[in-house]
Amino acid sequence: MAERTYREAIIEAMAEEMRRDERVVLIGEDVGKFGGAMGASKGLFEEFGAGRVIDTPISEAAIIGSGLGMALTGQRPIAELMFIDFSGVCMDQILNQVAKVRYMLGGQTQVPLVIRSQAGAGKGYAAQHSQSLEAWFTHVPGLKVVMPATPRDAKGLLKSAIRDNNPVMFIEHKLLYNNKGDVPGDPEFLIPLGKAEIKREGQDITLVSHSRQVLNCLDAATELAKKGIEAEVIDLRTLRPMDFEAIQASVEKTNRFVYVEEGYPQCGIAAEVVARVAEHCFELLDLPPIRISAKDTPIPFARVLEQETIPSVHRIVETVWAARHWAVHA
Amino acid sequence: MVNTRSNLSPEIRKSLYRQMLRIRKFEETTHALYKSGRLTGMSPHLCIGEEASAAGVISTLNADDYILSTHRGHGHCLAKGAEMGKMYAELFGKETGYCRGRGGSMHIADVSRGNLGANGIVGAGLPIALGAGLSIRKRGTRQVVVCFFGDAATNQGTFHEALNMSKAFHLPIVWVCENNLYGLSTPIEKVSATPMLSDRAKGYAMPGVTVDGMDVEAVRAAATEAVARARAGEGPTLLEVRTYRYFGHGASDHRPYRTREEEQNWWKRDPVAGYRMKLISEGAGSEAELVEVDQEIEKEVAAGVAFAEASPDPKAAESSLYVYTEE
Repeated sequence: MAERTYREAIIEAMAEEMRRDERVVLIGEDVGKFGGAMGASKGLFEEFGAGRVIDTPISEAAIIGSGLGMALTGQRPIAELMFIDFSGVCMDQILNQVAKVRYMLGGQTQVPLVIRSQAGAGKGYAAQHSQSLEAWFTHVPGLKVVMPATPRDAKGLLKSAIRDNNPVMFIEHKLLYNNKGDVPGDPEFLIPLGKAEIKREGQDITLVSHSRQVLNCLDAATELAKKGIEAEVIDLRTLRPMDFEAIQASVEKTNRFVYVEEGYPQCGIAAEVVARVAEHCFELLDLPPIRISAKDTPIPFARVLEQETIPSVHRIVETVWAARHWAVHA
Repeated sequence: MVNTRSNLSPEIRKSLYRQMLRIRKFEETTHALYKSGRLTGMSPHLCIGEEASAAGVISTLNADDYILSTHRGHGHCLAKGAEMGKMYAELFGKETGYCRGRGGSMHIADVSRGNLGANGIVGAGLPIALGAGLSIRKRGTRQVVVCFFGDAATNQGTFHEALNMSKAFHLPIVWVCENNLYGLSTPIEKVSATPMLSDRAKGYAMPGVTVDGMDVEAVRAAATEAVARARAGEGPTLLEVRTYRYFGHGASDHRPYRTREEEQNWWKRDPVAGYRMKLISEGAGSEAELVEVDQEIEKEVAAGVAFAEASPDPKAAESSLYVYTEE
């Protein structure tokens, strides 16, 4: 176990997998000597060379297509998309090609491709570089979607994603890269895709989230504890396949459910999970399910506006507190 | 237009004829099956008239070379070695089809023969070809990728991304543009800045060649050069094959955008019938030999259709198989 930043954990995961399996390659914009726009591939070019760490033109469809073509011909590529917002440029390759090839071909082939990208607001990057579009990809059969919140999860999940024989959207969060945490050094340390984790135990209310909002939920839980509400915090970690059993088990205990996300509210991850909770846990609920999402607006530039659009610890605490009159035992 | 003649052996010439005729007969039967209501779904995009492209280009490839195909891809699939029975079974949506009934006409491919897939999205195969090229380079093999696309694909952004990157990275790719003059109804000349599509190659500093797509030997000659260049590590080529789709885009297309006279003029240049006469007149094959070829292919078609019709449907409960790998 060693302390690593989220960025270092990602680099370490890729380096270990590239050492382990010669078929693993990294391709994307500025991923070579420059080390990636977020610095998340620093050192890989020096260790593995230009044959396995490939700088591309700014041609997003070509990047994703290259990843797919390599995956179909025996390689295990990682294609980096600098910002998740740029997926709009190459959506056909993701939606109609990567996600569908295996199915359309009746299982004749497989697509061991990881598309690494980063999402999220909070750095004043404005409307085209700050979005959380994970719901788009979670909507599509054929893709897996992973969004780690901690350095440990980032490493263990990325290694599993690289070893997976299916296409995985691995979406990092731009505010997490410098966060530190303990990360196992064992090259066989893996976290299975599709498994949520209880990040904090509590019996009064269930807060479920993914990516950076998990950390906000943990801070909110600390605040709520001071007010006498013990929140359970579940980090979904993988959005597709989704570990709904973990949510259900928690709601059975708390009878109250909140989803916190940084994506847009309409047809988002929270909307999906709330629908499942309504379908499967209706009789368990003491409280209508609550969604806390970004505001239904493009992400603005000015800090005061940007902070207003994305869920904050304060907003989570206030929302839960305002709903407490529903509670029987809070 | 390049119109060079290579000195092909009678065996190769007869095999080119056979391949074109296989494609022609396969497609004619597909058309009849659809018209009679035995095939369902979107009407198949037939490549009748374009046989010389698939047969000529793919005749220059090795078994382990890759192709990427299009929505008008039955010919490419056959020429790369696919079996008619499994192809018809796919058209019928049967479990024995190449895609086990999950793909249909626009997605038939035999991956084991190096066909990395047909595509329902215009221009979408080009970025995927880059990856196959990168993979070849990394593995250090002498394989080649042939990426087929239509004239309309040259106006998609993916065309630019892919041709640029293929040249910048010197990838072993042959870009084959099958220019059948129309994107559904729209004449390419009305929507293309360059009347000669191979002129686009200049912008990517790669060789650009336009060849008569109704002449299978001319296609083969041009493809031979381009494939040799790719295999020798000398980078990509844009090969424009000028051809004609004799039928509509699909069954509901009654071709109001072109004259019957124009079509008749192109029928006079039928690549299959013309080549048959040529082989006989030049003594490369006798009438009797070619009749035998015709009969063999008719049997192959009939057996393929019979296999497909006798095959079981996929199990409805298995509609979610192959979305992900079984772990």
